[in-house]
Amino acid sequence: MNPASTLPESPVLPPRDYQVYSGDDLATNVLEVAMGPQHPSTHGVFRMDVSLDGETVVKLKPVFGYLHRNHEKIAENVTYLSSMPYTDRLDYFCSMTNNWAYAMTVEKLTGIAVPERAEYIRVIMAELTRLQNHASLVGFFVNDLGASGTPLLYAMREREHILDLFEWASGARMMCNYFRFGGCRNDLPPGWLQQCRKVVDAFPAFMDEFEKLLTENEIIISRTQKVGILPRPLAINAGITGPMLRASGVDYDIRKVDNYGIYNRFNFRVPLGEVGDCYDRFMLRLLEMHESVSILKQALDSIPEGPVIGDVKARNFRPKVGEAYGRIEAPKGELGFFLVSDGSPKPYRYRVRPPSLINLTVLEDMCLGHKIADAVIILGSVDIVLGEVDR
Amino acid sequence: MSDPTPILARFPVIVHDTATDAFIVPVAQALEVATWLRDDPAQAFDYASNVTGIDYLPLEKKLKVKQPDGTEVETVSNRPGYFEVVYHLYSMQRKAGPLILKQRTEGRENPLVASLTPVYRGAEFQEREIFDLFGICFKGHPDLRRILMWDEFEDFPMRKDYISPDDYEYEPTPHDSVLAEARKHYSK
Repeated sequence: MNPASTLPESPVLPPRDYQVYSGDDLATNVLEVAMGPQHPSTHGVFRMDVSLDGETVVKLKPVFGYLHRNHEKIAENVTYLSSMPYTDRLDYFCSMTNNWAYAMTVEKLTGIAVPERAEYIRVIMAELTRLQNHASLVGFFVNDLGASGTPLLYAMREREHILDLFEWASGARMMCNYFRFGGCRNDLPPGWLQQCRKVVDAFPAFMDEFEKLLTENEIIISRTQKVGILPRPLAINAGITGPMLRASGVDYDIRKVDNYGIYNRFNFRVPLGEVGDCYDRFMLRLLEMHESVSILKQALDSIPEGPVIGDVKARNFRPKVGEAYGRIEAPKGELGFFLVSDGSPKPYRYRVRPPSLINLTVLEDMCLGHKIADAVIILGSVDIVLGEVDR
Repeated sequence: MSDPTPILARFPVIVHDTATDAFIVPVAQALEVATWLRDDPAQAFDYASNVTGIDYLPLEKKLKVKQPDGTEVETVSNRPGYFEVVYHLYSMQRKAGPLILKQRTEGRENPLVASLTPVYRGAEFQEREIFDLFGICFKGHPDLRRILMWDEFEDFPMRKDYISPDDYEYEPTPHDSVLAEARKHYSK
């Protein structure tokens, strides 16, 4: 069956009004460039079909699917627990938060309770994930600007300390597979909390150094300010979430709105941007790292002793017939899982709401009228991971 | 979660499914309902978070019903198959939600629902994905193309009756065993 033949007649929308800046009167032809999938700035196998008038972007269509493996279909053919390690591969930078979103949705579907200590461990792991994601994002972003290597390696050096903590607790640096329905897989090893405290205490020094080097850098300011402005109404309507939405000035953090887990016990602020340009998105990540450090310190102070997982049947359980949608504030935005149960050990429908994919909806709107070199920075400021975009 | 009365009072055609707390909207009214949900200040559901499809195959259930005179009569209930498109709407203004909106198709042949992309831009890629993987068409979508699968692909992998090919990367090469397999494959 050819999908085009089954297409109903739909009203043809008028073509978008592209505003082309031309400083001179020379007539030029539009040049079509397929940027990617091997282009180094696309953070993986992502392609942008760009039409250029001189150097100015007049049209941009993102092309996905190079990493598509139909995660959802695979998950519908195995039991609930079997999908847990596979969620690590969605956003492979932040496997802990992926685990949490999936575990939370299954807990919602089945009504499994989570012990107190496990809730604290989850918050600690999620905030460590946010720290290393934002640190490396800022590094990659500056790398896209042309500062090749040095700031990125500063960020990677700090990320390494956090990955060491992950490896110590879960056995793997990136594919952690640490959360289970109703808690965590194992308790933290002895001495882990003290080492975590050391890493967290040392982190602000890195951020200060980073900010001193970067935030008032003339090149960064002139290349990112007023570039790729995302207006507030468009950000809301296009379903943008995470730091990108807050950089446009919308006060919406799911940690505050839903109060999932035990986030209502911690004091933290939600940084907001004013303009919604690339500089705001860059600064917002730096500011969010400060808040994550603050949450981590509070959590490390108050983590109780106790079991990390309750007495739950982990394998081959059959949830009642029903639906559940669970969402968390992942470092890249709202990560949601939607599960439909038909009473069998396998989910009838398993859906991932990927923040990276939906944040790309406005890529064309942000890039139009800018130079092709700025499109690279705008894409870098969105913060995508192709494992999650293509699933 | 949310109080269904004002929505049902405004649109009596909507059916409220209490088991899943979902509002099932007829395809013809979906765009109007979504516009109202977004623009009405008391609702203000300005953010479409998750859009997805569900495939329900036809269900045949055999039931034995005992008659008053003691005999058993076997009845067969047939539920026709259908597709469902689910929207999870949230309100960023009121920090409320989710409101679950569903559209159902008539059958599984040439499924067609209304696109809510004109109301929520956030549904653009997700509706394209549903079109790509489920084969559900969205009336009024500005750019309905395949998104994850390649354009020449001719089936809808997320449908429950999808049969995956024997070998995804079938390419006969001149080796004995492979050649024999190739002959077997082409003789089918």
